[in-house]
Amino acid sequence: MTQMAHGHEAAGHGDQHAPPKGLVRWLTTTNHKDIGTMYLVFSLAMFLVGGAFAMMIRAELFQPGLQLVDPPFFNQLTTMHALIMVFGAVMPATVGLANWMIPLQIGAADMALPRMNLFSFWLLFFAFMLLLSTLFVPGGAPASGWTLYPPLVLQTGQAFPMAIFSIHLMGASSIMGAINVIVTIVNMRTPGMTLLKMPLFSWSWLITAYLLIAVMPVFAGGVTMLLTDYYFHTSFFNAAGGGDPVLFQHVFWFFGHPEVYIMILPAFGIISEIIPTFSRKPIFGYEAMVYAIASIAFLSFIVWAHHMFTVGMPLAGELFFTLSTMLIAVPTGVKIFNWTATMWRGSLTFEPPMLFALAFLFLFTIGGFSGLMLAIVPADFQYHDTYFVVAHFHYVLVPGAVFGIMAAVYYWMPKWTGHMYDMRLAKWHFWLTAIFVNVLFFPQHFLGLAGMQRRVPDYATQFTDWNMVSSIGGFGFGLSQLLFVWLIIKCVKGGERATAGVWDWPHGLEWTVPSPAPYHTFEKSPELH
Amino acid sequence: MSIVKRNSKLPAAIFALAALTALPARADWSLLNMPKGVSTLSREIYGMHMIMVWICLAIAAVTFGAMIFAMIRFRKSKGAVADTKLLHNARLEAAWTLVPTIILIAMAIPSVEKLIKIEDMSGSELTIKVTGYQWYWQYEYLGKGVSFYSRLARTSDLARQRGSGIDPNTVENYLLEVDHPLVVPVGTKIRLLLTANDVIHAWWVPDFGMKRDAIPGFMNEMWISVDADKPGTYRGKCAELCGADHGFMPIVVVALPKPEFAAWLGQQAVTE
Repeated sequence: MTQMAHGHEAAGHGDQHAPPKGLVRWLTTTNHKDIGTMYLVFSLAMFLVGGAFAMMIRAELFQPGLQLVDPPFFNQLTTMHALIMVFGAVMPATVGLANWMIPLQIGAADMALPRMNLFSFWLLFFAFMLLLSTLFVPGGAPASGWTLYPPLVLQTGQAFPMAIFSIHLMGASSIMGAINVIVTIVNMRTPGMTLLKMPLFSWSWLITAYLLIAVMPVFAGGVTMLLTDYYFHTSFFNAAGGGDPVLFQHVFWFFGHPEVYIMILPAFGIISEIIPTFSRKPIFGYEAMVYAIASIAFLSFIVWAHHMFTVGMPLAGELFFTLSTMLIAVPTGVKIFNWTATMWRGSLTFEPPMLFALAFLFLFTIGGFSGLMLAIVPADFQYHDTYFVVAHFHYVLVPGAVFGIMAAVYYWMPKWTGHMYDMRLAKWHFWLTAIFVNVLFFPQHFLGLAGMQRRVPDYATQFTDWNMVSSIGGFGFGLSQLLFVWLIIKCVKGGERATAGVWDWPHGLEWTVPSPAPYHTFEKSPELH
Repeated sequence: MSIVKRNSKLPAAIFALAALTALPARADWSLLNMPKGVSTLSREIYGMHMIMVWICLAIAAVTFGAMIFAMIRFRKSKGAVADTKLLHNARLEAAWTLVPTIILIAMAIPSVEKLIKIEDMSGSELTIKVTGYQWYWQYEYLGKGVSFYSRLARTSDLARQRGSGIDPNTVENYLLEVDHPLVVPVGTKIRLLLTANDVIHAWWVPDFGMKRDAIPGFMNEMWISVDADKPGTYRGKCAELCGADHGFMPIVVVALPKPEFAAWLGQQAVTE
């Protein structure tokens, strides 16, 4: 195990290892904390860019008729919004948290593969520069939706190869990150920390990493087939040449469904850290929580076609994917119940991380309910491709994954910066965010049920009212996030000094190191108590 | 440590109020739910949907109730002391694994029977081939010698241009009107064969309860029917992203009593 960390031969002489100053530090660092910070800052930047696109979408949808953008650009906005939020905001944020927290949680000196760690960050960075540059090429950015369905995606202009190549780079980056997490967790846990003693955030990431390794190559294969159909006249997805456009949908969702768990499982891990801390009581049913994550991960591989019930599937296929999808509700329910039971007979306080965790608990569950409804095929024939679906996945991704990430930032930021943040500002951020997210997304359930389809820049006039409400919620939500940015900057610059324990000394190795965490931690494996 | 400020509830209250006032004053409350529709199929789908809604609300009442109770009852500020021995409870955990499983199976069973009915194309009296194009529809009455294209109505098309200066609210059936609607007889099982010429489209009229993809190079099928006592005009749209004008290829179906439909069909066959 110590060999794994031999990049730091000077173990025990931490003072010789002060980081270089200025830009060089960030370009050359192999330190897990620095790389974690870079991932988190990158993610925040992408959250704002993707959010700006969402603001434009909501502004256009504020009233019927086309006021601000033309339909082709609108489709570019929806496509880029999704790609940026999924691959640029949510995933890098969880990777950043993994980099920072997994070594601290398992008592390792660093990630196992520090240089690859840095490489995967810069791959991601350039992947996004490439993707964003497609906005400026003839024909504009991809406009086929993030699902990239052929034949529509083959009508993309010069952005096409750039988008595909940036997806390849993102995939390579994700796979490297995942390998790093697995190698670190498997080899570098402090002596005595058996797998079933490992903190749940690390557990959730271990399983997420396996999901990434399993499905990113599938996605890469799928988009490569698009590339050869486009340039080399293969016919994977072209019926005229013996192919099938629906094949791509199967390949995409075989990746795409585990992908949604790649985004939510780390949030599950985060919530499982925060609720016990602020209930002052260990997690209820630890082993069940681990097994629930593992079963969700397994089931995520056998439910993909529920995204495509309307393509015309055999009856047996429809029944299979309905039942397998509904099964996911069982382990997910176990998690929700165990979190509630953790609060039961606890001693609860409501600091910002807990507020976000509780909002997660309620609002993610709402997303779970609409998910259950979507699993029922006959009803899905109505829901499919409407705003009901938009409401559903935004409920699981925004108050789900994004709230989980925000909760994590509020939970661990004092450990990262050594400062307590402005509690009053954090509470304003929470309440604004939690209320506006509902004003934004809840009416979209109504819009979808009443018959408004997804991915349209304009709509029939009876949908005006709820679109206006949703847009007002959107603007409020977007502006509230500027408070978050301001709060983070303030906290990095200064503030009340945080103790090592920060929150009434929770359990876990990360609370045994000082705040801010020194540049090098656990150069000697810590002892478990 | 006490970092919870006393006035922390103030922003909460202010914003709850703000959220309420954001509700539209002139909201049409019938726009909150799925339409019941005008066919046996659509009513059964609506029934499925409502069962799901009620089950979800019931589960929500129990789980949210427990969460809210815990949040109120077990507050440190009210002197709650953590019971650190409460780590697991095999019986309880078994219960909240098994009970949801049973509920789920109960939910799934009625959908099977409905699904079988939906996928049963037998006994149709009329077959119409529907082809999606960027961005309009073609309808062919197979064996009847009638075929036509159906595009967004001119009034909507003018109003929807950016900077047209036309208020969509002044256009009748904005984005839901076409030049040549699909005409069908009521009280008849009609089989639709769906395909597309360029990219994938999807044919959807909410009042009929169904949508299905129209895929280039493949033939999908679905069936619709309109209750014999509900002739009228029903509107829908393309439901699969199909490019720039995806939002501008509506579907309008006029359902006529059988004799009137026969007369219409005869006239169409002659004029073509």
